[in-house]
Formats: sequence, C-alpha cells, structure tokens
Amino acid sequence: MRIVVLVKPVPDTASAGERLGADNRLDRAAVPAVVNANDEYAIEAALKLIETHGGEVALVSMAPPNAPETLRKALAMGAASGTHVTDPALAGSDTLSTARVLAAAVKGMEFDLLFAGADTSDGGAGVVPASIAALLGLPYLSYAAKIEPNTDARTVRVHRISPTGFDILEAPMPALVVCTQALGEPRYPSLKGIMAARSKEIVTRSLGDVDEDPATIGGLASTTVVAESHKPPARGATRVIREPAADAAKQVVSFLAEQRII
Amino acid sequence: MPGLWVVGQAAADGSLAHISAEVATIARTLGGDAGDDVTGVVVAADPKRAADELAAYVPRVLAVPEPAAADHAWATIAAERIAALARQHEPDHILLGADPEGRDMAGVLSVLLEWGVLVNATGISWTEGGPSVQMSVFGGKLITTSRFTGGHGIVTIRPNVATAEEASTAGTVEAVSVEGDLALPTVRVVDRVTEAGAAAPIEEARVIVAGGRGIGGPDGFKIVEELAAELGGAVGATRAAVDSGWINYSQQIGQTGKIVKPQLYLALGISGAIQHKVGMQTAETIVAVNRDPDAPIAEFADLLVVGDLFEVAPAILAELRARSG
Repeated sequence: MRIVVLVKPVPDTASAGERLGADNRLDRAAVPAVVNANDEYAIEAALKLIETHGGEVALVSMAPPNAPETLRKALAMGAASGTHVTDPALAGSDTLSTARVLAAAVKGMEFDLLFAGADTSDGGAGVVPASIAALLGLPYLSYAAKIEPNTDARTVRVHRISPTGFDILEAPMPALVVCTQALGEPRYPSLKGIMAARSKEIVTRSLGDVDEDPATIGGLASTTVVAESHKPPARGATRVIREPAADAAKQVVSFLAEQRII
Repeated sequence: MPGLWVVGQAAADGSLAHISAEVATIARTLGGDAGDDVTGVVVAADPKRAADELAAYVPRVLAVPEPAAADHAWATIAAERIAALARQHEPDHILLGADPEGRDMAGVLSVLLEWGVLVNATGISWTEGGPSVQMSVFGGKLITTSRFTGGHGIVTIRPNVATAEEASTAGTVEAVSVEGDLALPTVRVVDRVTEAGAAAPIEEARVIVAGGRGIGGPDGFKIVEELAAELGGAVGATRAAVDSGWINYSQQIGQTGKIVKPQLYLALGISGAIQHKVGMQTAETIVAVNRDPDAPIAEFADLLVVGDLFEVAPAILAELRARSG
C-alpha cells in the first residue's frame, strides 16, 4: 500500500530562538528546524503499516528552501521519497492557503492513506488536515490511536480518541488519517537509514508546478494578519520551601487558601 | 441576521458541551460590544436538549436535526449543514470551541465558506468592526494578536478562557432543517468504546494534579489521584509517565498532548522540561514538589517544595482533609 505523510519542519521548541520578523511573520531562517513531533508519529505509523502490508511511504512538505535538511531526517526513518513545495510567495500563508497548496500537491499522487500529525508545535492550529480532506473529498478520520487498513475490502478502521475512550471509525480508502502520539514512539534512524537517505529523491516544486489558482494562495491571499505580538509577562519569583514534609504541607495549603483556590 | 454565530456541540448524552457554554458567554459579550446579533447553532441527531441549554446563553438558537450524526463522525457533517445555513443567513463570524471536534469542524468550514481561521484563542476582543484574537504561539514564548483581513472569519476558543454565565433572559429555539445531500464523504462510527477509568477532560479542569517521572510507577499515581479528588480536580501526566505506561495518553499535558490553563497546577515529580512546560505554563498558579531544587520547573513555579513527593504529597493531602474537616 502507498501512504503519503504530510511533514512540516518547525522551529526546535528547545531552541528558544523563535522570533517574528518586521512583517510579523516567523523568521524561519533564524532557528534550527526539526520534524514536527506529531508528524514523526505519523511517519512511524506509516512505516509500521508498510512493514505489514508492503508498499511505500512518501513525504510531502510545504516549507522554506532549507527544508530538505529536515526532510532527510524523516527519509532516514525509512520513507522512500519526498516532495518539497517551496516558493517565496508562500511565506505568510494562512491555514486555508496551506491546505490548498498541500491538497494540490497531493492530488496527482497515488495513495491509499494520507497521514498528517494532529497539530504542529509552532502555530499549533491543527485545522489544516480537516481542510485538506474537505478540499480533496477524502474521508476524514482524526485523532487516531490505532489504524487498521483492510487491503482486501479497501477500507480503513481507526480508533479515534474520545473524551471517554475511543470511537471506532470506518471508511473506504483512500482516506486522510490524523495521527497522534498514542500510535507509538517514533524510531531513531539507523546509520544505514541515514546513509540511504542521502541518495533518496526529494522533488522540489514551485507554485507554478502546483495546480492551484495563485490568487488564492500565499502571503498576499492571507485571510488573517498578526497585528501585534509580545512576550508573555514573566511569572513572579519562585518561593522555595525546604522545611520537612509536615511543615511544607502546611505552607502549601495556606498558600492555596491565600490564592482562594481552596 | 448578520452577526456572530456560536456552534453548540452536543455531548454524548445530548447535553450541551461545557466548552460551548463558555464560547457562547464570550460571543454574547462580544456581540454586546459589536452591537451584533448572536445566534447559536446546534447540529445533532437530536439537537433539542443541547439547543435548549444553549438558549440560556444566547438570544436565539437554531436547532438542526441531522440523522446521519447518530452513527457518523460529527464534525464534517455538521460543518456542511452550518455552511449551508451560513450561506443563507450570512453571519459575519463563527465561534467554536478549540477542542478536537471544534478544530475538525473549523478546518472543514474554512474550506466550505472560504473564510480564514484564527485558532486556540486565549483572549478575544472587538476592535475596528471585527474580532481581535489573542493566541499563544511557539510553545507560549510569544503572545500574538491577530485579525481577519476581510469581514468574515472562524475563531476557535480554548477551554477556561471565560467562565460560562447564563444570560439574564433565556433565548428562543427555532427548529431548522437543512435539505440536500451531504457532498463530503461521511465516516461511519462502528462502535463507541468507553474505557475504564476514563477521566473528565483535563482541558476543562480548574485544578490539575500531575505526575511525572518522579512518580516512579503506576502505583505512584494513587496519591496523585487522591490529591486531585480532594481538590476537585483532574489528573495529568508528563510524556515520560505516559510512555512508561503508567497512565493513559488522554491525560498527557505538553507538546504532543494537551494544552491546559487551570487555576492551579500541582506538579509532582515533574522536572519541567520544555515539552511539558508548553502545555501548562499559562496555569494561574503553579505549585511543584521536586527533590531537585535545580529542576527547570524551579524557574517557573510560583511555589516549589524541595523534598520527596511521597512524603510531601500525603502531608498536603492530610492537611487539606484536616482543613475541610
């Protein structure tokens, strides 16, 4: 079976260097990029499925020109190839534009399942996958904790996390599945995987190669604009209690009472 | 009736989801500022109960029965029906909760209406004829205020941004049916499985008691649960605790888990790594118990008890019980 995984290079959360440029857009060149954590779960889930069912995993990403460095890491996990959509006009894209570009990029590809991570660690919107499913007319199965394709019946079953447990969803393939951490820990690339990734193909496509009306995508078409940004107010100083447990507990409880929490 | 629409979600038992009551309260306040009409919309197999409950918060509610919602995934179906109504009634903005259902619906609505989405609002106000939406981005390192470039948009609002408050007079409920086939594929719900020990959604909890690696094992979560019960709160956990299989993923707080904003976050045996911090740093009060005074959490907790959590946590529990006597 063929699985396409949408991957986003995001600023490394641990880097602390994220900043907005003069245009109030993320300065993506200023920070080291990593594969979005939820996308790694999607890649892992896809690789496990092809280990069972055979087939191939392909990656698709819309990202700035330096993305291939990050995509190589994802290829090193075991994906076969990547498509990188990049164009200066795409900077400042909103979620709708991002969905349109990714949907257009995926449209020409053959796949049984399209995977996306539940959200990204930069913007954290988590709405792009649902938009892509709507644009492509694909069944949409979100917040997956388990994915079970039936290649004979050409259907897929997903355990969708619910507030009280999970719902078992079923839809015909091809379908879009949104992946979560509950699918299992992503593998570390092996040395062999890293070597192999160097020669794997990453196809670069610009906006002109993507079948989508240029007037509806990119920064200029954005439906939203960041008007202002600031650092959150610093938290007050930490009060440290080193007394023995019983004394410490008294202080904690009276602190909670002062804060009117109890 | 231009103005603001609020999507009311029905919970499994047909009642109005708590988050929808919060969003409706926010919409009513915004509507007052904007001089706008506020309308609630409920799409469900049987929308009556949730619609009646939503009418306590807003002046007018459209109750849309949709039989397919009984045994199919809700968000896409409901989005199609709401988009059809929106084309007819032309609201300016649609507000909904930033929970999984709300996110799914916002993504579909955005495509169907060709409107932009501002997500995970932590605050919202009305300026220059439209909503100004505060969001916390890059794991809470930056707070941005965003606006729509046109006259329309969809906003999802995080839990606990406002306290649900009923209006002084109840609104009216109007049953509306939307005709026509559903164009987008529906996804069948084969079964709804309730897991033993399923807890209340942690995003909505006012108090969270959370355990990390320092808890040491599944048995260690007993004291976490007892403290949470005593404080009327929910149990949370770090990824380390979830990965070790000590507690369900649904309780995980942080980068690949949930983002929470409780009044009190009591962290037991949690070092406060960045991946966890991004999920809880906007809690109003953070109290931590940790053996290591140099753990990262020492930098952002309001109160840090340096000590063994298995001594300190039971002592806090005893003190709370003595107090409530």
